[in-house]
Amino acid sequence: MTAPTTGPRAPVTPTTVRPSQPPNRLKVWATRAPLLPALVFLIAVTQLPFVATLVISLFDWNSLDPDDRHFTGLSNYRHAAEDEALRESVLTTAVLTATVVLATVVLGLLLALLLDREFRGRGVVRTLLIAPFLVVPVAAALLWKHVLYNPDYGLFNGALTWVAARFGDDSPPQPDWVSDMPLLAVEASLIWQWTPFMMLILLAGLQSRPMDMIEAARIDGAGNWQIFRYLTLPHLRRYLELGVLLGSVYIVQNFDAVFTITAGGLDTANLPYTIYQTFYQAHEYGQASAAGVLVVIGSIIIATFALRVVSSLFTEEASRS
Amino acid sequence: MTATADAPTGAATSRPAARRRPLAGPRRGARRRGAALGLLAWLVGLLFFLPVAWMVLTSLHSEQDAATNPPSLGASLTWDGYRTFFGADGGASPWPSLINSLTASVCSTLLVLVLALPAAYALSLRPVRKWTDVLFFFLSTKMLPVVAGLLPIYLFAKNVDMLDNIWLLVILYTSMNLPIAVWMMQSFLADIPVAIIEAAQIDGAPLRTILARVVAPVAGPGIAATSLICFIFSWNEMLFARVLTGVRAQTAPVFLTSFITSQGLFLAKVCAASVVISLPVLAAGFAAQDKLVQGLSLGAVK
Repeated sequence: MTAPTTGPRAPVTPTTVRPSQPPNRLKVWATRAPLLPALVFLIAVTQLPFVATLVISLFDWNSLDPDDRHFTGLSNYRHAAEDEALRESVLTTAVLTATVVLATVVLGLLLALLLDREFRGRGVVRTLLIAPFLVVPVAAALLWKHVLYNPDYGLFNGALTWVAARFGDDSPPQPDWVSDMPLLAVEASLIWQWTPFMMLILLAGLQSRPMDMIEAARIDGAGNWQIFRYLTLPHLRRYLELGVLLGSVYIVQNFDAVFTITAGGLDTANLPYTIYQTFYQAHEYGQASAAGVLVVIGSIIIATFALRVVSSLFTEEASRS
Repeated sequence: MTATADAPTGAATSRPAARRRPLAGPRRGARRRGAALGLLAWLVGLLFFLPVAWMVLTSLHSEQDAATNPPSLGASLTWDGYRTFFGADGGASPWPSLINSLTASVCSTLLVLVLALPAAYALSLRPVRKWTDVLFFFLSTKMLPVVAGLLPIYLFAKNVDMLDNIWLLVILYTSMNLPIAVWMMQSFLADIPVAIIEAAQIDGAPLRTILARVVAPVAGPGIAATSLICFIFSWNEMLFARVLTGVRAQTAPVFLTSFITSQGLFLAKVCAASVVISLPVLAAGFAAQDKLVQGLSLGAVK
């Protein structure tokens, strides 16, 4: 910024510009200074480990045989690409993330539409709905696994027994939820926890609608469905995108639910769990790092889209205010 | 649907009236449908809350009553689950892990504030050049999955003898929350009316007055909400805590998973433990309810 403005003036009055430069540069650094601690800290703690992961991924390195550490080029990546378990966990992660995100967005939208209306006790219902999101994730996973899913005395089967007894049925179905539908069991608990998150984002979107326009449309005879389809939904698009992308970023990284409910068994191991297992149990540092790099490449692709959406919302907010 | 069909003819004759009360339509059907939807909202809200309520109820039952089929709703209440959780039966005391969690969450939140406030200042009130690029750099670090850096961090910690050390978690949690905090605070500080500050400065108001009268009322609630959200994320974190801590620095979520035994009944105990460990988060979350979305959407939604 300083260069173009001083440039044309420089030949005319070179003596007046020069003395003002040192304090100028000082001033620039003075405005930058408050930023530096946070930047340096963040680069040191988040970027350097990633560089280290990149380097380690090029080595054959097993912690049980640490002296035999040598450079192997891309062979860890070939190994990672050929690893059946890893490939399966990529698929599991994709299915898990897509299912949970889609279900939470749809449920969240319906809940947000319900809560956007005036009714008695709206604040209470909102608070009730947020509660699942505020249970510590591990506690929520334990709650679903042991208190709800347990085949012998879990709430689900207990409720089935209770309902069946009302109808005189003594031997109601008692499914073993986690063994019968392991992935769905993990998904259900995550959907329960993340629906409130989507609802909050979409509710914020709904409440930022330009009401005068909707009122005008209503006066002009637009029906509820037409208003939703042609006014509300286009306005919500950005918020839906944001919800989908942030949900993806958070759910792709989920570890607690998989770890607790199925311990990665029964084909539910997602990428974070597999990587955790690779280095924690198999001690193959090089291969675990290669897998980690692949995950990062995958997330960068998602993140690029996420950042673009955040950026467009951000500039919109900025231009509005 | 009939209500909307006759709207144009009705509106044509009494347009001013319609504009004055656009939502309170004269149709009884619409009002009845509104009541039904309100009821539906209540039902869904209660359904979502049911597992939480069940967790609390189970935590207050005896182990025998907690493990019945069908469930025993009206069983007598007892504090036994909580007593066992707090080590009354000779089990491991939860206090060290709770204190570790508290240390990690509070210290990392304070560190986040110390680092994020000046950064947010340099990105809002007195912005540096290309400040949006810097802001997005902060955000991009949040998108990298933590597992990718887990191994080097583990090896580093092992080499400098920081494994099973709560301060390692403090540092990691700080880096985990810093991007969110910078984003949130940037948007809160941007709301501060700079013109008023300048006017006050010209009038010779002392800095303390400016901070107390202008800055704090606008940015204060936002800073508080940011702190609460950072606290929640640190308190909840388990992957780092599991890999990098052992006995001394164990945090509450890790303690919770070690609580599951293969022998005997443990439902009431686990529920009591879950309630106790979730209480700080529930309190913080409800306190920050209004700003929760903004924090979770990294400041993109106001």
